[in-house]
Amino acid sequence: MTTFGIYAVGAALLLTIGIRGALRRKHLLRRILALNIIGGGAFLFLVLLGYRESGEAGPDPVPQALVLTGIVVAVSISSFAIVIARRLNARTGRTELPEEGLD
Amino acid sequence: MVAAILLPMGAACVAILVRGYAARIALVTALLTAAVSVVTAIAVVRNGPLEYAMGGWRAPLGITLRVDGLSSLMLLLSASVAVPVFVYAAAHYARARSDERQGADFWPLALLLWGGLNGVFLSGDVFNQYVAVELTSLAAVALVTLGEGDAALSAALRYLLSTFAASMFYLLGVGHLYAVAGTLDIPSLAGTLEAEAASYSAAALITVALLFKSALFPLHFWLPRAHSAAPSQVSALLSSLVVTSAAYLFLRLWTTVFVSVAVPVVGQIIGGLGACAIVWGSLQALRQQRLKVMIAYSTVAQMGYLFLVVPLVTSALSTPGGGALWGETAWSGGVYHAIAHALAKAALFLSAGVIVGAIGTDKIVGISGIARQLPVATYAFGIASMSLIGLPPSGGFVAKWMLLTAAFKSGQWWWAIAIAAGGLLTAGYVFLVLGQGLSQASSDRDVELKSTSKAIEYSAFALAVAALALGVRVAEPLALLRVGLPIEMP
Repeated sequence: MTTFGIYAVGAALLLTIGIRGALRRKHLLRRILALNIIGGGAFLFLVLLGYRESGEAGPDPVPQALVLTGIVVAVSISSFAIVIARRLNARTGRTELPEEGLD
Repeated sequence: MVAAILLPMGAACVAILVRGYAARIALVTALLTAAVSVVTAIAVVRNGPLEYAMGGWRAPLGITLRVDGLSSLMLLLSASVAVPVFVYAAAHYARARSDERQGADFWPLALLLWGGLNGVFLSGDVFNQYVAVELTSLAAVALVTLGEGDAALSAALRYLLSTFAASMFYLLGVGHLYAVAGTLDIPSLAGTLEAEAASYSAAALITVALLFKSALFPLHFWLPRAHSAAPSQVSALLSSLVVTSAAYLFLRLWTTVFVSVAVPVVGQIIGGLGACAIVWGSLQALRQQRLKVMIAYSTVAQMGYLFLVVPLVTSALSTPGGGALWGETAWSGGVYHAIAHALAKAALFLSAGVIVGAIGTDKIVGISGIARQLPVATYAFGIASMSLIGLPPSGGFVAKWMLLTAAFKSGQWWWAIAIAAGGLLTAGYVFLVLGQGLSQASSDRDVELKSTSKAIEYSAFALAVAALALGVRVAEPLALLRVGLPIEMP
């Protein structure tokens, strides 16, 4: 398998694992981790877009810039989510989001 | 043009540093930003669409900001919602000493939100829009956490996780677009996409992301909790502007970049989701016992109308002469609906805030006889409801009329059923509230009303009047919308 193929399959696997985890897991920390795995898949895919067969010009820098911004967004959302989850846990002792209705 | 983004964001930073003066800084910034939005609109009317290359770097490399008629209208909308909401919030926090801490947190976040929204409306490339959308979402979630109790925290977390997933899908979609077209600039993207697998996956990923963010059925699950658990001034901003900004992106991308992949069946599916949203959201709103939850479900329903535009406009684009026949009507109707709904919804949440703040409960049964004690807020609620139902002469009426006309002219009469059913159901749930409010039954209220201030009541009223005024002055907004129409109608 080519280098490109290995990374492509890796990205697809990460995405699948992440989406499955985000849907199946209820524990908040696991959910946040699963979403980060989706992010990992997305970033790997984007880096892969910069791949060029002939090595002289080097990889395309635009997707790398996208990934960098994406990582910043993912880190800030994750840290914010963990802060809220911790506060929720401190106040209610719950580690999952309530499933019941609005009333 | 840049000032519309930088002013609120800069002020947000200052407001964090000098918390004691945050409210004053925010109000001055609000007026300045509103003035900038008006000046931009005048410039667009006089000179046509404007472009600004950040730092002097042009399109393929640099970041370009663009204003056409649509962006300019959205800029005006964000200013006309934000100014009354800021006045309401200032009056509220000046009175409620117990909320002082919340107030100090509210101002920087609200300013950041406004800057992010204007960034979404002005960005000329897909990636810059992504960044602006993320800024907006983060500020929005932080604002939800200002609400009281554990309900607000868990609602905010649910919102944040949904938006996280959406954000990653959006980024993947942007990557696909770049892989297919080699550019992220919207005018360069328009028309270059071919109907191939990668274009379809780009469209699908970005669509799913934006459906999450604009809370279209069935991805609306986070909205009712988040928008009802937040403080009313926050709910007003979120329910009127934040979801609308995602729908704005959706409409802009589907009518320019993704036109080539918008085969009829895709348009019909998106329209079908919109119709489901209208019916499902309205039915849920009808079932609710609590005022703010009801208004939040109403947002789910009203967002559905915006997605009916997709099948109507894309079918017009593939029909010779379709643009003149119904395409432009559908497009204007959709945008008009977004604006009318945003104004009316902000008015509803603010007047609900007045009522809930005064009687101390947001159970709908608790508000009986409130019209006599809080006439201004009740009238504001009533006028905003008129626009929401689509009664003449309101902005909502004009929007629905245009959408109905387009539905019949295009031969897609089934959308008319959803539009009409939505109107009837909306009438159902707002009259439940107004009926309670106007009833004479319990005039001997045993709970003393907490006093409220004129500024609070009239800020809600001003928004409701604005929604009504849209129905009276139709020509001007529509003329502005036609400046630099992003879609080329055949």
